[in-house]
Amino acid sequence: MLRIEGLTAEVDGKPILKGIDLEVPAGEVHAIMGPNGSGKSTLSYVLAGREGYEVTGGSATLNGVDLLGMEPEERAAAGVFLAFQYPVELPGVGNANFLRTALNAIRRGKGESELDAMQFLKLARARLKELQMSEDMLKRGVNVGFSGGEKKRNEVLQMALLRPSLAILDETDSGLDIDALKIVADGVNALRAPDFSALVITHYQRLLDYIVPDKVHVLMQGRIVQTGGPELAKQLEASGYASVQAAA
Amino acid sequence: MNTVVHSGAEGFLHRFEGLRARLPGQRLAWVQALREAAAEQFRVAGFPTRRVEAWKYTDLRPVSDAAFDEALTILGDGDTLPAPRGERRAVFVDGRFREELSQIEGASFAIGSLAEELPRLEGRLGALARPAEESLVALNTMLFEDGLLVTVPTGVAGGVLELCSLASRSERPSAFHPRHLIRLESGASLTIVEEASGPEDTRYLHNPVFEIELAEGAVLTHARIQREGVKGFQLGTVYARIEAGATYDNFTLNAGARLVRNEIHAVLAGPKSACHMNGAQLLRAGQHADTTTVLDHAAPDCASRQTYKTVLQGKSRGVFQGKIHVHQVAQRTDGYQMNQALLLSPDAEIDSKPQLEIYADDVKCSHGATVGALDADQLFYLRARGIPEAKARSILVEAFLQEAIEGVTDETARAALESAVAGWWEKEAA
Ligand SMILES: Nc1ncnc2c1ncn2[C@@H]1O[C@H](COP(=O)(O)OP(=O)(O)OP(=O)(O)O)[C@@H](O)[C@H]1O
Ligand SMILES: [Mg+2]
Repeated sequence: MLRIEGLTAEVDGKPILKGIDLEVPAGEVHAIMGPNGSGKSTLSYVLAGREGYEVTGGSATLNGVDLLGMEPEERAAAGVFLAFQYPVELPGVGNANFLRTALNAIRRGKGESELDAMQFLKLARARLKELQMSEDMLKRGVNVGFSGGEKKRNEVLQMALLRPSLAILDETDSGLDIDALKIVADGVNALRAPDFSALVITHYQRLLDYIVPDKVHVLMQGRIVQTGGPELAKQLEASGYASVQAAA
Repeated sequence: MNTVVHSGAEGFLHRFEGLRARLPGQRLAWVQALREAAAEQFRVAGFPTRRVEAWKYTDLRPVSDAAFDEALTILGDGDTLPAPRGERRAVFVDGRFREELSQIEGASFAIGSLAEELPRLEGRLGALARPAEESLVALNTMLFEDGLLVTVPTGVAGGVLELCSLASRSERPSAFHPRHLIRLESGASLTIVEEASGPEDTRYLHNPVFEIELAEGAVLTHARIQREGVKGFQLGTVYARIEAGATYDNFTLNAGARLVRNEIHAVLAGPKSACHMNGAQLLRAGQHADTTTVLDHAAPDCASRQTYKTVLQGKSRGVFQGKIHVHQVAQRTDGYQMNQALLLSPDAEIDSKPQLEIYADDVKCSHGATVGALDADQLFYLRARGIPEAKARSILVEAFLQEAIEGVTDETARAALESAVAGWWEKEAA
């Protein structure tokens, strides 16, 4: 389970996270909603270990293991996966090679054997099929020339291959057409298991029709100001954040 | 007996005095005349200093302050030769052809030693080289002993020929100045994969000059892998004359030597000819690599492409100078030049000097240069997927180089370059 307590963080000396308390028990999926600039991506970067996001207080543990002291690659090996709001393009790096290098790095960390090119291809093809992605995606440079939706699907493909124990999806639904939204949701639902948890950051209640969250949290100005069940998302969709502000 | 060891230009002139009666072609008046004229040019010009515009960024004092002997070849076996990449290979040790290490039989074209064929090379040797302008070429002309001689007849597909240059281990610094003549008759093709290497503990100077003539419609791929020993110097000059419809495709990988100059003078002499000059420079602390290209668009409807990539570690220095001269007749010229550097250390330095001189009016010519460090977002993206930092960095550096290498269409040449880059990284990681 993911446990965050009193987490504060700043960027360029500017406080962004102002004391986050959040628990996602193993097996659960939680959604985070909140206005633009409230700190949702900042929280995801802090958990993944991005440079420049300085933790000034509090803690974050995954299954009792302190995440904040680890390098990004160590966190990934410990089971953290971040689907980026803006996936990065890597010109000159083939997608297949990238995916295999990542998968083998994670497998090494788990003490599992590495996959050779053939074994990897077999696995990757199966996942691609599930996500209704063309095999062409493997041959291209990582995210290079991918449409917005293709980039998001490529994130989900990585998640499906790496099988994390904590997935943080930062607006993976934005920019997706209705069919793609369903495919992405299926990809997340397929990973649901007693030892898997997810934090789904989104602006739209629609995604949550497909990935039904156990809890919905509202993040505003660096704090979780409200927590509820799936119905909270519907309520926000109807009346916006002004009502929350008033309540908080 | 005078035992004073002369250094610098004086040392080489002194050597010429002592050797002139024994150098190949001493009985041929035209060879003698070439050498004497070159000696006079070298006497006047000496080694270029940084006051010479073309040498502004490269200080040759490590070479010109040193004393070099004639190479006394003691290497007997070929155990330091790279694994064969094709059917034919010509091996030169200290600039001299070694038939017993070479494999030149059965080729559909002539491969041989320049020294042996010298009597038949009047008018061809020296047709392109300009010792009066480039004083290192004067030095080469004065002292060359041997070199590769290749002639591919009309319409013949020559396949792959390896050119291996080895420096032998020696106590005292040595110098050699091979002269390579390559000629493809009309419609002929050839791929040359050249690899220059030497021992890591020997100081030596390798000063090769190429004269390359491509007749109408000929296609030459010239992949050069420079991995000289870390105490070695390579000062190389390539002259290429490209006739109508012919293509010269040069890729130079600089991955070794303490100091290297890769100077190319190419002339697009006939309409619809093409010239690709690409390359990568991989530098560690203490290394200096200079790529200088001079390209003449001297005919209409020609295309040129240049992409050079430099990766610098530690206190190293890279130089790129690229001059494109579009003559008045060269209408509809399509020229492109890109020079990019990746600085992996704050102590590294790159100097870049593009120069376009355009005298035709219907011309498409672009050039650009970028200098940067590894992209922090890209690095984080890779690491967030579990890839350790060192591996993530090497993936991004290889990706940076990829764009230049993938332009090499000949598969043998590209594979050789890719494995040389991978080898450099393995050494880096170790
Ligand atoms: N590198 C940075 N430099 C300066 N300010 C930053 C930086 N990164 C984030 N911020 C600021 O931190 C705040 C939170 O940004 P964050 O990206 O976490 O918001 P968000 O909740 O993900 O918003 P959105 O819904 O628009 O994606 C914003 O005010 C943003 O401008
Ligand atoms: Mg965001």
